[in-house]
Amino acid sequence: MLRLDASTLDYGILAIYFAVVLGIGLVARLTIKSDIDFFLSGRSLPAWITGLAFIAANLGALEILGMAANGAQYGVATVHFYWIGAVPAMVFLGLVMMPFYYGAKVRSVPEYLRLRFGEFAHAWNSASFAVATVLISGVNLFALALVLHLMLGWSLTVAIFVAAAIVLAYITLGGLTSAIYNEVLQFFIIVASLLPLMLVALHDMGGVEGLKEKVRHSKLGELGLHAWQGLAPGHVTNPIGGDWIAMVMGLGFVLSFGYWTTNFAEVQRALSAKNMSAAQRTPLIGAYPKIFIPALTIIPGLIALAVIPKLGTPKGASYNDAIPILMGRFLPNGALGVALAGLLAAFMAGMAANVSSFNTVFTYDIWQTYIRRGRRDRYYLNVGRAVTVAGILIGIGTAFIASGYSNIMNYIQLLFSFFNAPLFATFILAMFWKRTTPWAGFFGLVAGTLGAGVMHFAGYHIAYFYKDQVFDPSHSMINAQMLNFYGAITAFVADLVVTVAVTMVTRPKPVAELAGLVWGVHDPNAPDPDSVPKPAWWASPKLLATVSIGIVIVLSIIFA
Amino acid sequence: MPQSAAAKLFDIRLLIGGLFTLYGLMLTIAGFFTSDSAREKASGININLWLGLGMLALGLLFLLWRRVNPLRIEPKPVEQPAAERNRRDLP
Repeated sequence: MLRLDASTLDYGILAIYFAVVLGIGLVARLTIKSDIDFFLSGRSLPAWITGLAFIAANLGALEILGMAANGAQYGVATVHFYWIGAVPAMVFLGLVMMPFYYGAKVRSVPEYLRLRFGEFAHAWNSASFAVATVLISGVNLFALALVLHLMLGWSLTVAIFVAAAIVLAYITLGGLTSAIYNEVLQFFIIVASLLPLMLVALHDMGGVEGLKEKVRHSKLGELGLHAWQGLAPGHVTNPIGGDWIAMVMGLGFVLSFGYWTTNFAEVQRALSAKNMSAAQRTPLIGAYPKIFIPALTIIPGLIALAVIPKLGTPKGASYNDAIPILMGRFLPNGALGVALAGLLAAFMAGMAANVSSFNTVFTYDIWQTYIRRGRRDRYYLNVGRAVTVAGILIGIGTAFIASGYSNIMNYIQLLFSFFNAPLFATFILAMFWKRTTPWAGFFGLVAGTLGAGVMHFAGYHIAYFYKDQVFDPSHSMINAQMLNFYGAITAFVADLVVTVAVTMVTRPKPVAELAGLVWGVHDPNAPDPDSVPKPAWWASPKLLATVSIGIVIVLSIIFA
Repeated sequence: MPQSAAAKLFDIRLLIGGLFTLYGLMLTIAGFFTSDSAREKASGININLWLGLGMLALGLLFLLWRRVNPLRIEPKPVEQPAAERNRRDLP
């Protein structure tokens, strides 16, 4: 088993990082009265900060360990998770959906649903969000435990409990108040940890050509170097193992739009921007780093495949271990410390964000709204504290679920197909079809989640979802990733059909109550568009969007 | 502490600039004492020195940016959110 030999210098670097992060939290608590004030007098952050926080909120455990795992398992086609699985949705969020979120002055995504559809859709969404968050927080806990396991040699079980204790301490000491600041700081630290690792390892491989040669001779083969070849439905030869329908519709359209345009943690970052234009630019600025992050995750994944014997087989290391193993192999003390600080920071922040959003939604959207109304503030504060501890305890349980997956990305995609895919259908209809009724909003969401569930269980009995389309009664050759993508498509279609059908037979909300929430219904209280300062031509949302899509098209052709 | 002083302290550029400058110095100094085995581990590259210089440069750039273009605190705009009328009161 591998041990990272961290030295005093590495621990010093780690200690400084935690001192700074906890220090920000403590000072923030002492000097600033409310969360809103902390974000520089409410909505007042410039677009570059919210843009980096937007992308950093996503650059957590899943991204770093999971995408490197995908790179090793599926090869260059993993870029689909970035170029068709993220950038188009981020552009859509910025250009099309942000005006409704920001214009309606909501503070969270469930709150938009409450204003638009009322209590039933809101209650369902809050409850399913709470479940999804607890399940995902387990992934972060597991990833943190994995690093402790590799770094210090503890067993995974012990490491999961210790990781939970660290997260609890971090949250209690005020790590939550300063979330956005930590995220921006974390973005730079993660780049400073992954960039040298990628460059040193690539140099060791003999440069790009040397790496290509090694991948050709690995189990991925020539197609492991191509993103778009071998994706024909029914005859998939690319290691990614999904046909282009699953890629473009499942990943690119339903899952990606569902995640990026309705995810609480992501959208929240844009809502703290200082004006509408900055809010729109938040995901658009985030799109640029997103285009290039695959170089920092997929390339190390491919290198791991070349240098770690038996990676991804029952006898060797799991794909999830790729990045920590490479760090131990290539980084000397010093650079190793920075790398560890980056990894640990990402997990803390990811887990803290999960716990805080679970906490907020459970305490205010569920407990206060539907279970115990009208108590004092102090009562809800205590409920919130209890929920934080409970959330972490449940997270320990779900961490063991996550540890059962050799590629955590597949587990994440499964969760997203259940919880995020239906949301996007509901939001599109909510924002662009003013007739969509409150009951339709509720039943559409329910139908979407049920649809994903039915597809998931039915898929195990359909030969199409097995390797080489050959049914395997033991289910061990199931193509989990492709099934997840089709599950997402099912959820989306079920939500769409049921929402439209129910809308036809129920009564819509009066148009007056939809002001600012729906396309084409003007909000009489909205500021005059001419009175809002226009950004410079180079910062116009449309230009930023066009250039980012252009870069993605050029890169897709190069790596086809 | 008055709000403006707190806000100045929390200028993210000070934070990133300060931490990266410190890390950059630590790594650059470590880079001058790189052992042969450490150099060999990193494929013959003195990665501590290069990473240190890179982080130092980025850190100083952030500090410079903060000095050239200090944070201005804009007065809080008074606005009545459109959604306020049917929103419950949260603590």
